[in-house]
Amino acid sequence: MMHRFLTLLTVLFTALLIQPAAAQDGPLRIEITEGVIEPLPFAVPAFVADNAAAEEAARNIAGVIAADLTGTGLFREIPAKAFISGITSFSSPVQFADWKAVNAQALVTGAVSVDAGGKLVVRFRIWDVFAGQELGSGLQLVGTQDGWRRIAHKVADQVYARITGEGGYFDSRVVFVSETGPKDKRAKRLAIMDYDGANLTYLTDSSSIVLAPRFSPTGDRILYTSYETGFPRIYVLDVASVRRRELESQDGTMSFAPRFGPDGTTVVYSLSRGGNTDIFTMDVGTGRSTQLTSAPSIETAPSFSPDGRQIVFESDRSGSNQLYIMSASGGEAHRISSGTGQYGTPVWSPRGDLIAFTKQSKGRFHIGVMRTDGSEERLLTASFLDEGPTWSPNGRVIMFTRETQGAQGAASLYSVDITGRNLRRVSTATGASDPAWSPLQ
Amino acid sequence: MTYLTRLLMLCAGLALAACTNPARFDDTNTVDLNGGSMAGSAGDPTSPAYFQQAVGDRVLFIIDQYTLTPEARSTLDGQADWLLTNRDYKAVIEGHADEQGTREYNLALGARRANSVQEYLLSRGVPAARLRTVSYGKERPIEICSAESCYAQNRRAVTVISIAPTS
Repeated sequence: MMHRFLTLLTVLFTALLIQPAAAQDGPLRIEITEGVIEPLPFAVPAFVADNAAAEEAARNIAGVIAADLTGTGLFREIPAKAFISGITSFSSPVQFADWKAVNAQALVTGAVSVDAGGKLVVRFRIWDVFAGQELGSGLQLVGTQDGWRRIAHKVADQVYARITGEGGYFDSRVVFVSETGPKDKRAKRLAIMDYDGANLTYLTDSSSIVLAPRFSPTGDRILYTSYETGFPRIYVLDVASVRRRELESQDGTMSFAPRFGPDGTTVVYSLSRGGNTDIFTMDVGTGRSTQLTSAPSIETAPSFSPDGRQIVFESDRSGSNQLYIMSASGGEAHRISSGTGQYGTPVWSPRGDLIAFTKQSKGRFHIGVMRTDGSEERLLTASFLDEGPTWSPNGRVIMFTRETQGAQGAASLYSVDITGRNLRRVSTATGASDPAWSPLQ
Repeated sequence: MTYLTRLLMLCAGLALAACTNPARFDDTNTVDLNGGSMAGSAGDPTSPAYFQQAVGDRVLFIIDQYTLTPEARSTLDGQADWLLTNRDYKAVIEGHADEQGTREYNLALGARRANSVQEYLLSRGVPAARLRTVSYGKERPIEICSAESCYAQNRRAVTVISIAPTS
């Protein structure tokens, strides 16, 4: 219900946002393609509660917006205790001098009320303090009271988009594998949470090993691999109902590493038969599968290009693991990785321009990106074991699994900007691996 | 009094005595329960426990490889003989990898290792209908340190005998 409401509103607001493009050429702008050294200072004073029922949400929303923006590494929050004046009325003129004095270049003001129907109504405006004017137009978001965090993320997405000129990624979710127990008896279950770790829900129990969940293009379904029959097989799970069904069940085979194509009906995956692993596609509607590769080497970890025309995958046909691209219908593949070391788990970026991958070299693991022709390889991380990159919806941030060394070694989720800056641990209650980022909700 | 009851009583007596004077016990007056020949124990050559401990249920691989070493072949010769003698049992061959490598690649590598073992057992005459393979990749290490001493034990294929005879 809330989802439909927000979608409708977002469409409405997108129209209003065409105008502020001019404002983004002004002083308040982060040019993130060039990399940001100095984060932009901003202030989000507590939103004004228009009625008593809205007080708690009003207090909390500003904190989530600030955390979203600070978490990008592109913004720096001016703490509330430095403020000269607060915002007591959403409609009163902003005292720019007071915000200039504390060096807040961007200011977000807002008001919250609970309407007669019990819906949470949030209005907000974004200000360019040094220009002394509003950045774009004010917006109003309506949702359920339980969904206050989503509304806060939507506000933060607007701030991010208006200041950077790129789409945001805060109103999104992450599905991952929650891990507990010792390394040789690790219990694994699928879990889903907001991108920032809030609102955790488990989707499976820990009775069988589950691996590598992946969202459908609209975020309504999740593909994953489970050992519930005793053998690895691919399942598709409906997020809303948590109902699941087996997709690929050819006897005497193992199937794993599934991903949706951009059409949401084609699934690409790998299947092992007689010790040999090749790449297949399947139509989830008809269950009909097509074999795309047939080499005695290992072909696995396939990922579609955003236009659905090509597939990038990993193969050891050259004697070491390298990345290859082929047509979505199979056929000749060309190698794109050329450095020393082993390359795996390639993932095409949502913008289509880059491929993220795992690289193993000289006993260390890295998350890296390269262009789709293999040029401009850049390693973003290094550790004992980093693997399994997933892209934020706007293609700016990569989340991945980092596992620590030794008998007490444990896995957790990290994120890093594609510039290699802003490495952060994503907070999870248990150990965590194999993250997959949803599209923007 | 059954043999087992007598054994248990003997052991209880030994345990008590051991508390008071441990120096009195050595090989000459110690009963090894696993050394007997009770049905189902490792002393029974037709038991899965015997297969696991005496024949050897696993073979090890070198880094990134799935070819069988001479030592592995010798173990598998024993496995094939046992399976051909004890025709009521089935086996699932589990392929495993060490933690150096991505999850997907290690699943594929484990599948190759399990298949190498299966192919060898088939070549020795074990019927295909009695064998299955599964790969666990790096999901189920047996040793948990992050050093070659542990990795060497984790790069393995384990032949797991079905607990109950099929007929």
